[in-house]
Amino acid sequence: MDFNFEPEEEAFRQEVRAFIDANLPPAKMRQDPKSIAAWNAKLAEQRWIGFSWPRQEGGGGGTLVQQFILKEEMANAKAPPLGSDFMGLAWVGPALIRHGSEEQKRRFLPELLAGKSLWCTGYSEPDIGSDLASLQTRADREGDEYVVNGQKIWTTLAHLASWIFMMVRTTAESESRYGGITCLLIPMDSAGIEVQPIPSLMGVHSFNQVFFENVRVPVANRLGAEGEGWKVVMGALANERSGISEATGMERHLEDLKELARRSTRGGRPATSDSAVRQEIGRYEARISAMRLNGIRNLSKQLQGQPPSTETSVNKYLRGALEIPMSNLAMSLLGSESQESGKWQIQSLAFHGVVIGGGTPNIQRNIIGERILGLPKD
Amino acid sequence: MNFGFDDQQELLRQEIRKLLEERCPMEEVRRIAGSESGHAPELWKQLGELGWLGLALPEEHGGAGLGWVDLAVVFEEAGRVLLPAPLVSTILAGAAIVDAGSDEQCRARLPALADGSRIGTLALFDAADQPIPSGVTLRAEADGQGFRLTGEKPYVADAGVADLFVVAFRSGKKAQEVGLALVDGEADGVSVETRAGIDATRRQGTLRLDGVRIAADALLGAPGDAWPAISRAFDRGAAAVTAEMIGAAEAMLEMTVQYAKDRIQFGSPIGRYQGVKHPLAEAFVDIECMKSLLYYTAWALEESPDEVSFSVSKAKGLASEAFTQIGISGIQLHGAIGYTEASDVHLYLRRSKWARTAFGDEVFHYDRVASLGGL
Repeated sequence: MDFNFEPEEEAFRQEVRAFIDANLPPAKMRQDPKSIAAWNAKLAEQRWIGFSWPRQEGGGGGTLVQQFILKEEMANAKAPPLGSDFMGLAWVGPALIRHGSEEQKRRFLPELLAGKSLWCTGYSEPDIGSDLASLQTRADREGDEYVVNGQKIWTTLAHLASWIFMMVRTTAESESRYGGITCLLIPMDSAGIEVQPIPSLMGVHSFNQVFFENVRVPVANRLGAEGEGWKVVMGALANERSGISEATGMERHLEDLKELARRSTRGGRPATSDSAVRQEIGRYEARISAMRLNGIRNLSKQLQGQPPSTETSVNKYLRGALEIPMSNLAMSLLGSESQESGKWQIQSLAFHGVVIGGGTPNIQRNIIGERILGLPKD
Repeated sequence: MNFGFDDQQELLRQEIRKLLEERCPMEEVRRIAGSESGHAPELWKQLGELGWLGLALPEEHGGAGLGWVDLAVVFEEAGRVLLPAPLVSTILAGAAIVDAGSDEQCRARLPALADGSRIGTLALFDAADQPIPSGVTLRAEADGQGFRLTGEKPYVADAGVADLFVVAFRSGKKAQEVGLALVDGEADGVSVETRAGIDATRRQGTLRLDGVRIAADALLGAPGDAWPAISRAFDRGAAAVTAEMIGAAEAMLEMTVQYAKDRIQFGSPIGRYQGVKHPLAEAFVDIECMKSLLYYTAWALEESPDEVSFSVSKAKGLASEAFTQIGISGIQLHGAIGYTEASDVHLYLRRSKWARTAFGDEVFHYDRVASLGGL
């Protein structure tokens, strides 16, 4: 067991720190689109956007440890995300690298890395949520084209995206449940696509319904073979899964919560001397430290050559189990002030959405129960 | 960087697991736990011969010179089978001597602990729930270069079989004026009363001291200045018990998962139902967290001493809370069969209840985490 880094890894950390000192916009500018664009352009020069991707695909070729160091330093500096196209970078790019033709890679990857395209993801449908393989949106082959008909829902950023990374059904479910799914890359300005906003409970427009009526998609826009869509989508995430990034976000929430506790009172006494508050925060601190260490253990397993595993569900589940109670404690510390707007009020609502995205806690528990403990599928 | 066990340690784990499966199956655990002393001298002798007791003691004193990461492996495996032996106690006593003792004391005391010919234990606090300086109240009177100790230590692990006690005593009125001494079981004025506890594989008792003479060479460190050493001994104890809890919790989870796969109700194995699957998944999540926190603590015990208290309190706090819940789920998911004497599940439930408060429960440790985290 060894938590020390090699000299060249430490040197990389120093390089990242120097870069942050020189280039990170001041805190109040980190929401400003121009500052973010300039920051991203500098990151792209370093090849730290798509850092885990191979260099020949335009990525940074970063080792697992370097990726860990980069993420950790960025989180400590409270830097904005690496690149603004979250879905494109997290799974569209990795899927293209694994399954794309040379032509597709040339066409999509440089734009993606430069932030010139923006991807959204078409998985969920009105009747299809956690049971994704039952999706019904159809793509019928006509010559060199697919004709897509159906509907996607909860499509985050569909109103802004230039492309959608879609799962469609090319063979009826009754014939082949998983083998009937194909992955298509569709321009959002295609004729026959209509986007309707669904305001979230926050009153914010971030997700949408997307309707497809006879949308014609060239066969050249298919990613992977017909019927291989399930494999393409499920394998796409496997690249950089250690669960560490889940933990770094939680560490920030914890710092904010402790800060709030230090300036709050309960019954006229400092909240930090209230044993209920101390117990809860101690409990969160233990679990969040465990999340970080879980991530490093997963990373170590990958460094030893083991494939990334479903154990990342552990941190996903923990995040879902902790964020909402943490924001509730913050609201309680704020008392009546929590009724008015503020960071914690926003988060105490927003976390309910974060928990659902990418699989609800119940789904994470199913994954752990079935894939890790080997219990029978429900 | 590698946050995992190396090949040697994996090999050690395999060897220990194999030996304990052969030598200490559940019938044997029940037999030993049901005996009057709760101790099996032949098994103990074997553990000494195999080198487990001296694993982390210095080589020049009869040990193998390994460290806490290796000990974590041993304790996990011991916990897995609920090994009824004074393993943790003896190793903690040895570690306290290495930590606070002189070369001479190490030379005189450690070889017998390493080969198992003597059994050691800690007797630190005078009330079970006060691992703080004021929790050390045992009276000491100055006597020449040494002291005389009079009083009781009420909850001493393995007191009935131990013959070397590491005893904390009060040397002055100020909170931190405490000392640490070695007391031999045969010394004049030493007696032990054992009692039945909730977990028959974990014996404890009251150590009575009646004017027991502590010569200068039996003091560990300077009297009046022992709090840091006592605190470190407590932290090591919490780490050792947490490691045992991991092994026991994992065994209990495995038993329950197997039961959920085998037991058919409403036409299906019950593990198919989410009401059964989800608590088992939560148990898995908690055990992963216990492991991560404990392994880091084990590393810190060797490489980063300043981090130990914070780290071990996270580990023991979480383990105390989580293993308690795993105990509840384990019995409940077994249903009535889990509530029988014949089922082994209840032995693990008992361990969860014993271990929860040993070396601090979650209330103590979460509060300490809050303090060390800046509240």
